[in-house]
Amino acid sequence: MPSVMLKKNAEGKLVFYVPKKDLEEVAESIEFDTPDKWGGEVLLSDGSKYYFDPVNAQPDFPVTLRAKRLDSGE
Amino acid sequence: MAALTKEETEALIQEVLEVYPEQARKDRAKHLAVNDQSLEKSNKCITSNRKSQPGVMTIRGCAYAGSKGVVWGPIKDMIHISHGPVGCGQYSRAGRRNYYVGTTGVNTFGTMNFTSDFQEKDIVFGGDKKLAKIMHEIEELFPLNKGISIQSECPIGLIGDDIEAVAKKANKEINKPVVPVRCEGFRGVSQSLGHHIANDAIRDWVLENRDGDDTFPTTPYDVAVIGDYNIGGDAWASRTLLEEMGLRVVAQWSGDGTIAEMEKTPKVKLNLIHCYRSMNYIARHMEEKYKIPWIEYNFFGPTKIAESLRKIAALFDETIQAGAEKVIAKYQAEYDAVIAKYKPRLQGKRVMLYVGGLRPRHVIGAYEDLGMEVVGTGYEFGHNDDYDRTIKEMGNATLIYDDVTGYEFEEFVKKVQPDLIGSGIKEKYIFQKMGIPFRQMHSWDYSGPYHGYDGFAIFARDMDMTLNNPCWKQVKVPWKTDGSSKVAVAASA
Repeated sequence: MPSVMLKKNAEGKLVFYVPKKDLEEVAESIEFDTPDKWGGEVLLSDGSKYYFDPVNAQPDFPVTLRAKRLDSGE
Repeated sequence: MAALTKEETEALIQEVLEVYPEQARKDRAKHLAVNDQSLEKSNKCITSNRKSQPGVMTIRGCAYAGSKGVVWGPIKDMIHISHGPVGCGQYSRAGRRNYYVGTTGVNTFGTMNFTSDFQEKDIVFGGDKKLAKIMHEIEELFPLNKGISIQSECPIGLIGDDIEAVAKKANKEINKPVVPVRCEGFRGVSQSLGHHIANDAIRDWVLENRDGDDTFPTTPYDVAVIGDYNIGGDAWASRTLLEEMGLRVVAQWSGDGTIAEMEKTPKVKLNLIHCYRSMNYIARHMEEKYKIPWIEYNFFGPTKIAESLRKIAALFDETIQAGAEKVIAKYQAEYDAVIAKYKPRLQGKRVMLYVGGLRPRHVIGAYEDLGMEVVGTGYEFGHNDDYDRTIKEMGNATLIYDDVTGYEFEEFVKKVQPDLIGSGIKEKYIFQKMGIPFRQMHSWDYSGPYHGYDGFAIFARDMDMTLNNPCWKQVKVPWKTDGSSKVAVAASA
């Protein structure tokens, strides 16, 4: 359950940062990304997958959330 | 010597690794790589931020060095107590040349050493009482200090002193910020964790001090310079450029910085990060808590300066953007003259770097502006994200080495035969004795500043002065030199 810091970059894409691992990746896709639902599976550009418990509103980025690691992508 | 191909560089790494026992070879192999610009992520080619192998020569520092030496030490109006035995503080005192304005010993304390000078009895009975006493002594002797930080040395963590409790009590008594920093040297694999711990201490003990206090008048152009330690005056050379383009620099972290500036930083509009490695943590924290965006910039060499000024200006309105162009135009004649003077003397020379923090990638642009080529680079204590940012800066098939050992570095240099090496004091004399020009790139070899346009002129002069120094022709023994230089020696003798 890593703490993940999420922010939007200049292109509006979600940037994923795990401090403990110095992992800085752009999120390729997010399962739920609508104004009234956000979260689910997030696929990063290096192929790894993380899961966020869906919430009923867009989080106020930048924000730190707990994620579950699903697949290392290796 | 011509540039190595990818295969040759790989063969070189294998050759160098050969002498190690199997286990060490396997481990070290992960830290040496051939640069490949097509890679997006460094973790495919290099491992970093791992414990150094026992038995090899590493030049890494400790967490205390990262906190007291790098992050906290330059804050000039605070007193930083090296809490523990006397050596750690004394042997790192004033060595980093973080310049500052002020009267040392009266209102600034940068080059002084304050220590609790632990003795056996302090280890046996604990040092908390001594620490509390020291703070009152400091208050009496140096009443103009603006705060105290307690930089723990190894024994503090080992004997389990409660410096936080002492700090809280002292804070009430002297009514100034007292910051306990748990930067015992044994934490982590290098000084890098010390930076992180120091950042966290700032976050927990300093940054919130002025939350809810709006008496500080702000402007839309407020910025903070973060991660510039004013080595040889670097931060001043950077600050003038930012101010000339119309920005207001509220805080300098931490070269020539004060605690008041740090407390005001949450009020700025943008954080500018120079040394990403040592201060990205606090920038990320401020981004989340205060919604202050941050960007990295690079003030080494005119190409990167112009790029950075435009990148910073793009986040502000037209007046700042026009200001940036004005600054670039204003200094153009100056830096063109520097390039015209030194480029012919330095063109085509090859450089190998091995430093810490931001320089292994940031100074590449400055060398390229002078027509030089960086053929090898490496970080003492970099992490993956540093190498991610390095891959694109370096040419293909160049060497990248992480936490390089004394032996490896020497062998690489023997094979690659660079014209100049930029590294630290511990490497300096080895390579000078090998007859290779060397610049000490941690503290600019007692020169500087190297940041900004003013700094670039000094940088170019220093590189030329070192590289084209006639002494290098005298290093070889007479029976190994050719006839022409022998005549020169005789003529000058």
